[in-house]
Formats: sequence, structure tokens, C-alpha cells
Amino acid sequence: MSIFVDENTRVVVQGLTGGQGRFHGLRNRAYGTQVVAGVTPGKGGQDVEGIPIFDTVAEAVAATGANASFVSVPPRGAPAAILEAAVAGIPFVVCITEGIPAHDEARVYNTLVGSHPGTRLLGPNCPGIISPGKCNIGITAGEIALPGGPVGIVSRSGTLTYQALYELKQLGVGVTTCAGIGGDPVPGTNFVDCLAAFQADPDTRAIALFGEIGGSEEEKAADFIAKEVDKPVVAYIAGVTAPAGKKMGHAGAIISGSQGTAQAKMSALADAGVHVVNNPTEAGEKMAEIVAAL
Amino acid sequence: MDLFEYQGKQYFARFGISVSPGGVADSVEQAVEVAATVGYPVVVKAQVQVGGRGKAGGVKLAADADEVRLHAGNILGLDIKGHVVRRLWVEHASDIAAEYYASFTLNRPAKKHLAMVSAKGGVEIEAVAAEDPAAIARMDIDPVVGFTESDARRLVIEAGLDEAARDGAAKILVDLYRCYEEGDADLVEVNPLILTPSGAVHALDAKVTLDDNAAFRHPEWDAFRDIDELDERERLAKSKGLQYVGLNGFVGIIANGAGLAMSTCDVVNQVGGAPANFLDVGGGASAEVMADALEVINSDSSVRSIFINIFGGITRGEEVANGIVTALERVAMRAPMVIRLDGTNAEEGRAILKKVESARVISSPTMLGAARKAVELAGAAQ
Repeated sequence: MSIFVDENTRVVVQGLTGGQGRFHGLRNRAYGTQVVAGVTPGKGGQDVEGIPIFDTVAEAVAATGANASFVSVPPRGAPAAILEAAVAGIPFVVCITEGIPAHDEARVYNTLVGSHPGTRLLGPNCPGIISPGKCNIGITAGEIALPGGPVGIVSRSGTLTYQALYELKQLGVGVTTCAGIGGDPVPGTNFVDCLAAFQADPDTRAIALFGEIGGSEEEKAADFIAKEVDKPVVAYIAGVTAPAGKKMGHAGAIISGSQGTAQAKMSALADAGVHVVNNPTEAGEKMAEIVAAL
Repeated sequence: MDLFEYQGKQYFARFGISVSPGGVADSVEQAVEVAATVGYPVVVKAQVQVGGRGKAGGVKLAADADEVRLHAGNILGLDIKGHVVRRLWVEHASDIAAEYYASFTLNRPAKKHLAMVSAKGGVEIEAVAAEDPAAIARMDIDPVVGFTESDARRLVIEAGLDEAARDGAAKILVDLYRCYEEGDADLVEVNPLILTPSGAVHALDAKVTLDDNAAFRHPEWDAFRDIDELDERERLAKSKGLQYVGLNGFVGIIANGAGLAMSTCDVVNQVGGAPANFLDVGGGASAEVMADALEVINSDSSVRSIFINIFGGITRGEEVANGIVTALERVAMRAPMVIRLDGTNAEEGRAILKKVESARVISSPTMLGAARKAVELAGAAQ
């Protein structure tokens, strides 16, 4: 099994006619993902290499039975696009858009929680999600992931996610699902949501968590693991050498004072019984060791 | 983007938040002119983006023109924790009956906005939070619902502000929230918010951080851009649109993605090196971007070796390789480099790099191995 997306997921790409949307939407389809529709206001009736385009998400859902959305829309339009998908009843929305204003993110998140509790948002500013061999939504290069499990991956960073998948593949370790939650201040889905889903998935027998400095999501994850997760967890936190108060690219990756430091996160996770490692290579090696002993 | 105090006060004024009359001065004579306009006594304040400027002698009271000359002369050029003062804010000195604290920011764990108000202003709020957390009244705000005048009243009463200040403070809080929300700020903070003997409430300081992601809907922010605060390397990187943070080590870092770039710094540190910088070329980096990144690294004289760590997703290996080749043609690289290339089109990239490989341009298949090699080369270059 896998979490959130699988071979039955039917994807509508919002922004399929744009450069990024087209490139990644088609790449996702080539991977085997059921990409059933695209949405671009004003371009309804056209198609992108055989994928029908609709003016609205509601029309796309009615015509194709889409049950997931891939939002590849620039920052100005992305908040409205996410909400349109929610209003159309889409239960799972992936938004890769980087650079959405924080206030818009906070508004979208709280609107979903208050008015559309049936919709889960992954991202924004995330690489997407891949259940290897079944479904790939987003910008991850599918070939770097080995299908079959037993490892579930959740990560805040795109390129670190690739690194994690690749390290595992080289060691012959398969993955059930790899979810990139993104590094923005208000992520729609957090570590705890993914940990809970992996804990409930019988095919996921070990979990890798890739975090970074800033915020308190890793600390919350540590709390949750201590209480609710009995599967082995390996964690790596990036940013040990990052200076306090400096913004390291991601809006999420900023620390103030002692809060959100890599050390604080690593010790919280270690206290929760997590195998905390020092770099992505060690994460792969540790995971291979754990999987061999399962 | 962090604003200077004077910019923060200009921004506050757009939202009707009352501040002291004052003006900007870049020279002693200008300071005297501003002082005459706003009326004595005045306060001469260093404009730097670092805390503790009062203790460092960067804030002085002046009763007449001679005192303004003296203080302005001393403060201009002053080095406050590595920030050299180039500009002053001169404002009419206020009579102070009480000092408070007010701020709005994002409460990330709650995914809501957070208002904080305290009757203990004028001191470091971190110290108040540590010693007397009950002295800070807090309220989570749902961005969908917003922040109303009655919320503001509840907050000032809970914080224990003086009776005389409550109306004025509540009004300022509502305007401050507008400044925070409509103004797309990550943080607005007033410390101190003061009550004058005549019963007026106004902002004596202004700390504002704007959300760079919202710049597309704020053309007025262009006036705030001041890259003087950045060091030489950061200025060059910014002019080329790169995500760069200067650090104190000797291994130059180029990676794609913030997470991988941070991780690269960490790994260099673990194998005995020290990163000279954090540089994220972002997703989909072209050959041109790679060449720009190398040029920035090359301008840093403390760099003794360079570690390029690329894992292609959107970024394609052959683009990265072409960028490196272009950079080698365009500039004489002072330091040797180690390149680790994986992911999308890595094979094509490695084939291109083969042509330029030498004792100073080395490919390495793994992240850890490449880090070790870069640190070894830095040692050899010492």
C-alpha cells in the first residue's frame, strides 16, 4: 500500500498549459500516473497531448472523475487555484508553487480547515508526492525511487528528498510513498499528518524523516512519534551549521534564538527513540540496516 | 526584507499609526536642519538593523544644535556590532508617562497570527518573556476572521495597560494589524509604544519585516531597498538574483535547493572543513546561473576550495556542466573545485565535465566523498 496517492488516483493539473505544468504534468503521465485533465481558464476545449483542458476544476471533475489536483500556477494565482480545487470537492491537492505570500498561505490554510475539512493540501513550495510504481504528482524524477516499500519518507526539502530516495535506491531499499511537505511557514500537511498515515499503512514498516532548521514541526513530530509510532524512524535535520537569524532560502529555514535549531530538533527526536543521523548518506545506510533486520 | 526604523515609521504612517515628527539625516549639517524643523529637544538615532544600539551609544538626546552636532558626529560612522552607521533618524523627543510593547507576527505552530501586548515595554521582550511570561498578553488571530476593535480592547485590558492609554492603544493595535496584514509584513513590532503625559499614545520605535514573496503587489517597497546592509559578496549575489548567505569558513558551496545547500554546509563541517557561504542556485538552474554563482564564489578571497553539489530534479545535469565550462572560460577561478552531479541528465553532465577535468576541476560520485576532497584541497591550498 501507500499513503495519499496510488494507482487509482486521477489527477487534474491546474496550469497544464503553462511551461512548468506541461513539462511536469506530462512527465508524471509518462511515469504511469493517471493524468486525466488540465485546467486553464479560457482554454477549455483544447488539449495537451491528448489530455483534455477545462475552464474550471468543477467541470474537470464532472467530466473525468479527477480526485487529486496538481497545482502548477504562479504565486499570484495559486491561492485561488487551491481554493477552487477544494470547492470542487477534490480531496487531495498538491501545490508546488514557490513564492506565495505568507499571509495568503495562512488564509488558504485556515479557509481549508474551516470550510473544506475534506481537502488535504500538500505544500505549497514542495516537490510533491510519489508512491513509486503507482503515482507521481509533482517534480520528482520518478526513476530515482525504487518501488515496493517498506520505507515511507517524509521531507521538508525537495532536493534532500531526491537525495534520500537515491541513497535508498542505491542500497536496494524500496519506498511505499515519499511525501515532500515543503519548507514554507504554513504547510498544508505537516510531519505529523504523514507519520500518522505511515503508521496506519501496513506496507510501510520503517519511516525516514528529513527536516531542517526553523519552526517547530520536527519537535511536534518527535512528540507524536513518542506517543503514537511504533515503527522504526530514522531522521536527519539539515542546517546544523546555519547561523542564527539568517534566512537560508526557504522561508521556513530561519532560526531565532535557540528556537528551531538543528540541535534542539535532533535531541527532541533522539529522546523520542528516533535514530538521528548526521547526513543523508548515513540516513540511507542506517535505514538499510534497519530494513535488513525487519 | 528588514526595514530600518525610519522606513518602518514611514510605513506605519501609511496606515495612520502615529509616530514622532522626525526626519532622515546622512550628515551632521542635515541632522541640525532636521532638528530645527521638528523642534528641540530631539533624539538622534543610529539607523542600523541590529539590536542594542542604545547601549552602543547610537541613541542620544540633544537639547540644542551644538549637542546635535556633537552626537551626530559621533554616531555617523560608528560601528555597532559590525554595522556601520551611515544614516540617522532625528525626531522630536517625547515626554513619556509609560512604555508598552505591541507586535503582530505569524504563530507558526498554530498556523494563525499572533498578537502580543505588554505593559512592560522599553526593555527586551525576550527578557520579559523569560522572567515574567504572564506580563505578555497573547491572542491568536484566525486570518479568515481578522482582528477587530473589540479584540484590541480585550487585549489592552488583559495586558494591564494604564486606563488613560487604552483607547489610544486599541486604535493603534487595529491600525498595526492592518499594516501587518494589508502591508504583507512578517513582523510588525513597536517597542516602546508610549503614553505621553497628555494622554496620547504613539509608536516610539518601529521594527518591520516585509515578506519578500509579496513584493509583486507592493511597488511602494522599491523605495525601501537598501543593499548597503549587505556585505560585498551578498551584494554581488543579490544583483545576480542568487540565494546567498555569507559565512566565515573557507570552502565555497554551490548547491541546488535550500535543504541540500544547508546539508552540504553541514557535511563540509563534519569532515573538518568550514563553509564560506550558503548558495542555493534554485530549481531549474541554467548554465548562466551556474556561471554567475561561480563568479560570486570566486570574488570571495577566503575561499580555498569549491564544492558544487547538484541533485537534478528540475535542474538538468548538462545545464550545470555547461555553466561550469562557461565560468571556466569567463573567469580565472582562483580555487580548485570538486563537483558532485546526480539526478536528471547527470550522465550527460558528467560527459561534458570530462573535457575540463584536471587537478583543479575534479568530479566525485558521492556527496560525502566530494566534501572530503574539497576539504583536502582547501588544506593543500593553505
